[in-house]
Amino acid sequence: MPRGTSSSVLLPDAPPPASAGVLRFEHVSVAFDDVPALQDVSFEVRQAETRIILGAAGSGKTVLLKTALGLVQPQSGSVHVFGQDITRMTEQQLFGIRSKLGMLFQESALFDSLTIEENVAYPLVNQKAIQCPIEDVSKRVREALRFVELEHTLSRFPSELSGGMRRRVAIARAVVTTPPLLLYDSPTAGLDPITAHTIMALIIKERDLSKIATLIVTHRYQDGALMANFRYNPDNGKLEPARGVGNNITRTTKFLVLREGRLVFEGTQAELEASTDAYISKFRKQSGG
Amino acid sequence: MALLEVVTGPILAVQEFYLLAGRALRNMFREPHYSDDIVLQMDNIGVGSLPIVVMTGFFSGAVMALQLARALAQWGQTGKVGTAVSITLVRELGPALTSLMVAGRNASGMASEIGSMKVTEQIDAMRALGTDPIQKLVTPRLIATCVVLPLLTIIADFVGVFGGYVVAAGMLDVNGRQYWTSVWQALGWDDVTQGLLKPFVFAFVIALVGCYYGLRATGGTQGVGRATTQAMVAASVLIFVLTFFLTRIFTSQLVSAS
Repeated sequence: MPRGTSSSVLLPDAPPPASAGVLRFEHVSVAFDDVPALQDVSFEVRQAETRIILGAAGSGKTVLLKTALGLVQPQSGSVHVFGQDITRMTEQQLFGIRSKLGMLFQESALFDSLTIEENVAYPLVNQKAIQCPIEDVSKRVREALRFVELEHTLSRFPSELSGGMRRRVAIARAVVTTPPLLLYDSPTAGLDPITAHTIMALIIKERDLSKIATLIVTHRYQDGALMANFRYNPDNGKLEPARGVGNNITRTTKFLVLREGRLVFEGTQAELEASTDAYISKFRKQSGG
Repeated sequence: MALLEVVTGPILAVQEFYLLAGRALRNMFREPHYSDDIVLQMDNIGVGSLPIVVMTGFFSGAVMALQLARALAQWGQTGKVGTAVSITLVRELGPALTSLMVAGRNASGMASEIGSMKVTEQIDAMRALGTDPIQKLVTPRLIATCVVLPLLTIIADFVGVFGGYVVAAGMLDVNGRQYWTSVWQALGWDDVTQGLLKPFVFAFVIALVGCYYGLRATGGTQGVGRATTQAMVAASVLIFVLTFFLTRIFTSQLVSAS
């Protein structure tokens, strides 16, 4: 994740590395007090692939991400992260797996009592598997904050920042360890359209610069459409339509639709737009498509 | 079936509480140790509670002297007021009142702080970022409370006895030397032992109940408010219940020894 240095950045349209299973759900069911939150959910994400998970409020989107992180234990089925079944792991064993995952929580979940610098440094300092030399922590924190264009907020506290800025700091905290899989929980929820676009641009930039697998949960179809059709151009630092020969982005980006805990759709954007299902069509219509 | 549902909730809650207590205790002997957090909590609980503990101790000692002097005057034993004040304070009121003050201030504080972290997903973030929330949040609070509550009780006892002295010397015309001599002579090692053991036990209750209700908070700010109230009420009631049982244990030992 050498932010701001294009020399070591892979070209956005370069073919993805040999497909390797990053995250796999096999018939996963989760329930809270006998109320099902996920029911028989199965899907797979491979290296450098993107999955957009659409669903109404209460459809189980956040539970799905927390299950992928091992924060929630499924009642049945199995979750494989980088080939390892995390379903039966202890909390201590899960810490090793979680160091390979970055997560942006819905409400940012920055620690109120820590400064922005301490927040972003937290995974570097506390995750044993990362083994970041203490003298490198500050440099990497600044790099991550520069990536989200908030390097000037180092000594400030989360409460002093706006909602959009907090979300960007949370992205910096998620990417500071350069995890090969990033999970985003409703990254644009509650934000104005301009800030929401900024956040989505950062997510696309991280995906294209680091060639990582991305799982993004949202109820906004336009976020998914942006992910599926745009790429980051490192030369001018802007988003541009991903068209032409060798466009892997649209091909490796798939949409999943959750309804009351069940996965009711998995396919490309074109397949989603061709769907006549009333529930699926609602997401499409909300963006005016 | 309905009875089973009514019983299941409290049983599961007790089970969760004991699991939390077990993990918090086990973490005392496991790396990493968050010594900075322990010091911070000791400052918050100990130094932060000092003013209310001193005020409570002083006036409870003063009130005790006023009330007991009236009773002792019937037998012409007003001079023994120091004995009554010191024994009552060191054995019962010092530990109980100090613990109640700290429960009101810190059990609720812990529940609200941890509860806020829970409902804003900071606890989940902590787990996702490689930290055991019990190790980071509960164990330091438990250690800090266990260290500072007996110390606060000693201060409250002393200030309370001093409050009794102010009343005895200023309002009851009891000789100061007589007062302090009766205080000193009245106290035995068993009084000091139970006076320090009780706050140590209450410290477990305050820290664990506060953290327990914080960690199970759900439902946004309303849930945090509910957790805060429940923590304070549960800790206060448990302190009274445990006071009875601990006193029963100590008095039965004294009876059997005599």
